[in-house]
Amino acid sequence: MNSNSPFVLAMRRFRRHKLAMASGVLLLAMIGTVVCAPLFEMLLGVDANQVDLFNQKAPPSAEHPLGTDELGRDVLLRSMYGGRVSLFTGLVAALAAGTIGTIIGLLAGYFGGRLDAILMRTTDSVIALPLLPLLIVLAAIDLSKLGLPRDLIESSMISFYRIIIIVALVGWTTVARLVRGATLSLKEREFVMAAEGVGASHFHIMFRHIFPNLISPIIVAVTLSVGNVILLESVLSFLGLGIQPPVPSWGNMLTNAQELVWDAPMLAVYPGLLIFITVIAVNFLGDGLQDAFDPKAES
Amino acid sequence: MTGAVREPDLLVSAVGLSKTFDTKVATASGWQRTKLQAVSQVNLDIGRGETLALVGESGCGKTTLGRLLALFYPPTAGELMLDGRSVVGLKRKQLRPLRRHVQMIFQDPMSSLNPRHTVETILTEPMKIFGRETAATNRAKAGELLAAVGLHSEDLRKYPHAFSGGQRQRITIARALALNPAFIVADEPVSALDVSVQSQILNLLKDLRDEFQLTYLFISHDMAVVHHLAERIAVMYLGRIVETASRDALFSRAVHPYTRALVSAVPRVTPRKGKIGRLLQGDPPSPIEPPSGCPFHPRCAHARAICREATPVLEASPHGPEHQVACHLKGELA
Amino acid sequence: MRRFLLIRGLQSLLVLAIMSFVIYALIGLMPGDPIDLMISADPRMTAADAARLRALYGLDLPLTERYWNWLTAALSGDLGYSRLFGKPVLQTLLPALKNSLVLLGTAFLLAVTIAIPLGTLAAARPRSAVDYGINLFAFAGISIPSFWLALMLIIVFAVLLGWLPAGGIAPPGAGLLEHLRYMLLPALTLTIVSVGSYSRYTRSSMMEVLRQDYIRTARAKGASQGRVVWKHGLRNAMIPVVTILALDFGFLFSGALITETIFSWPGMGKLIFDAVMGNDFNLALVALLFATGVTLAGNLLADICYAWLDPRIVIGGDTS
Repeated sequence: MNSNSPFVLAMRRFRRHKLAMASGVLLLAMIGTVVCAPLFEMLLGVDANQVDLFNQKAPPSAEHPLGTDELGRDVLLRSMYGGRVSLFTGLVAALAAGTIGTIIGLLAGYFGGRLDAILMRTTDSVIALPLLPLLIVLAAIDLSKLGLPRDLIESSMISFYRIIIIVALVGWTTVARLVRGATLSLKEREFVMAAEGVGASHFHIMFRHIFPNLISPIIVAVTLSVGNVILLESVLSFLGLGIQPPVPSWGNMLTNAQELVWDAPMLAVYPGLLIFITVIAVNFLGDGLQDAFDPKAES
Repeated sequence: MTGAVREPDLLVSAVGLSKTFDTKVATASGWQRTKLQAVSQVNLDIGRGETLALVGESGCGKTTLGRLLALFYPPTAGELMLDGRSVVGLKRKQLRPLRRHVQMIFQDPMSSLNPRHTVETILTEPMKIFGRETAATNRAKAGELLAAVGLHSEDLRKYPHAFSGGQRQRITIARALALNPAFIVADEPVSALDVSVQSQILNLLKDLRDEFQLTYLFISHDMAVVHHLAERIAVMYLGRIVETASRDALFSRAVHPYTRALVSAVPRVTPRKGKIGRLLQGDPPSPIEPPSGCPFHPRCAHARAICREATPVLEASPHGPEHQVACHLKGELA
Repeated sequence: MRRFLLIRGLQSLLVLAIMSFVIYALIGLMPGDPIDLMISADPRMTAADAARLRALYGLDLPLTERYWNWLTAALSGDLGYSRLFGKPVLQTLLPALKNSLVLLGTAFLLAVTIAIPLGTLAAARPRSAVDYGINLFAFAGISIPSFWLALMLIIVFAVLLGWLPAGGIAPPGAGLLEHLRYMLLPALTLTIVSVGSYSRYTRSSMMEVLRQDYIRTARAKGASQGRVVWKHGLRNAMIPVVTILALDFGFLFSGALITETIFSWPGMGKLIFDAVMGNDFNLALVALLFATGVTLAGNLLADICYAWLDPRIVIGGDTS
């Protein structure tokens, strides 16, 4: 007999998944490093945004462990700050998309009928759209034409908000489908009827009874989507439509690298390698969580 | 007791209660919308403090009738009075205050307990919805409820998967008691349990009935279980009540051929494994296309012309007004 | 079945109609408008001239009216003029479409040829070293940023080794080999990125099939492992895989946007990107709508494949 929650049991299974565990540790280390970026800045005695036109595209040295970029800025520090932006954007945008998807899926699955039909046809339609070209249009629109206040448009955070909103607008469909499917089967379980029998409201049943049973599939889906979001952010930033310089992101650090492949190819290597390592670790983590939460493995 | 004396003490009273579901059937040309008459024209009274058992084969509509009486479904037609008050046509919000008086115990304790909630959450939920007590008071009351069903208050912290089937069913019983209801609908509460645990749960239900002055509608397909607990029995076939009588009257002098088949199927020596159907030929007909006349006539050894033409109504049998039966041949069969 | 296809077809048309309005509205939200561009091209123009021009082109009308005017013109065959290329939109679109089809078709065929045997191999020996190796490779393919992969290929094969051109397309009149030299890197990029997900689909579909009873029966009858997997299994495992591939083929038209842009391959993806970035409204609108239409058609095709290949699917059953 034990009093562990199902979640604790799943975590115990997860720990046996070596690759996923290693990925989790790696991601934690990465988050730790980028959070401590100012600390490294102090240690090296270099300012991450300091332009040094006399020291462009320098090879690695004690002062600049990964060398400098086309403006003489330290590549290591910029990679750390870029990681802050990329990881943060990926996490927040995936959570935002997951929240929208959860709400839509819950409403569709719980209430069913016409609401379900409308929401699911919308989901099908969004899934059937060419994602990237539309993202590019969304990223290119002039916010002043939407009538947004000037201060907001000119704030340095606007490119974050924009990318998070764009990703949330298109990224909710996977979670919505998943949550709807699970809700359909959960609402037939007798504990939902039992809750109704003690006078629980629709809201209470959806969020206190059905939602807790959806947490594991949602965690898996959101984890896996973090990888995709990081890829999307990096593509848009690479194309000049995402995070705007001088704020570094792994994507926009590669923008100029393309023209420099002939004389400084290493500048194109580091940020992309970081994206690659992060995304593959996130995907291994999601895969491991999926196995750990697999209902067939329960008991 | 005559009807006139019992009347003021009726807790539940249904007149002409019916429930139809919209459903789909697969045909050669695709899915076809159709209606399924799960409960038809049921008249049923349950007195305060009484234990009425509802028996019948699976698919006969007994669960639907139970859920109608437990206020889970709005009836399609008919009248339903609870403690002298009509509950037909009430909205979800209007039903809410009534829910504390009517509770349900479900068949599968695995499915009726939320696996993500601790026992404490499960037991205090109804109190939080209806009461204004502090968390500590609710927790203390949850502990008392657990004690009442034979578990320990340390179990409050645990999740449902840490319990055996019988223990889980004790938890659902404790939840049903949390609001001090007058009426409990127990839908096959022991059929998902091991035989060795069944009698413990039945005895618990019996003890709780006496302790809390409960009224039960006890739904079962198992005549042996019914014999253990019921005071009065109603037999259901294809959405209709076909016979109702006191337990002893029904077991000793059943009139309806269907009831007779049920009663005779109970093995005398070991009354546990009694299953319906050994004496019945064939399967019950589909409620989507019920037979004409008496719904039982295709399987009835005594059927004659009138049984195919007219549907018999439930009325007093030759054994008296308390023993009612819906059969054209009650005169000869009694 | 016919009813199902009809409903799905109509649904796709409805989505396309809605998207044509959405895209029209979004394009209108991009920076500048055609008149601004004319003003910047001709410094003698006054504000009054600009207003007259706006009225002339109907740009002062409400959005719905402008959309309606555009739609009626487009449906009668007038797709407008591309500002960027100085040619009618249709004449700009068709060569780009041809270039994309050549590149994407090659990459798609390559990816399928590599991925299906890989996925089947992994499924035939689950948890073996081969399976882990293929799985690792598949994860890498899914996780690699395609634009970075393209850059790396350029660095290795164009910069360091100097074997292949870093971008562009063979000049007109060049031989087949020259064409292939230009196409190799972009096609390789697209192939590597798709092989990962295709082989994972194949593996999981195959695993599902190998659990079925008829496979056990075939084994019990003494069929060899190889025969069971490749003959009995693969045919049935292909049902979901083909569906996914059909779905993906629609996306290929737009998904190659990045690869085409990096390698300066003059296909649909690069065209859309250039049109959006260059404020070429007419071209961007039509190209985007075309990409949407093709993607929707790919989805429809996937549904048809699924229904056609798997007779067990009950069509028309409600979602509830």
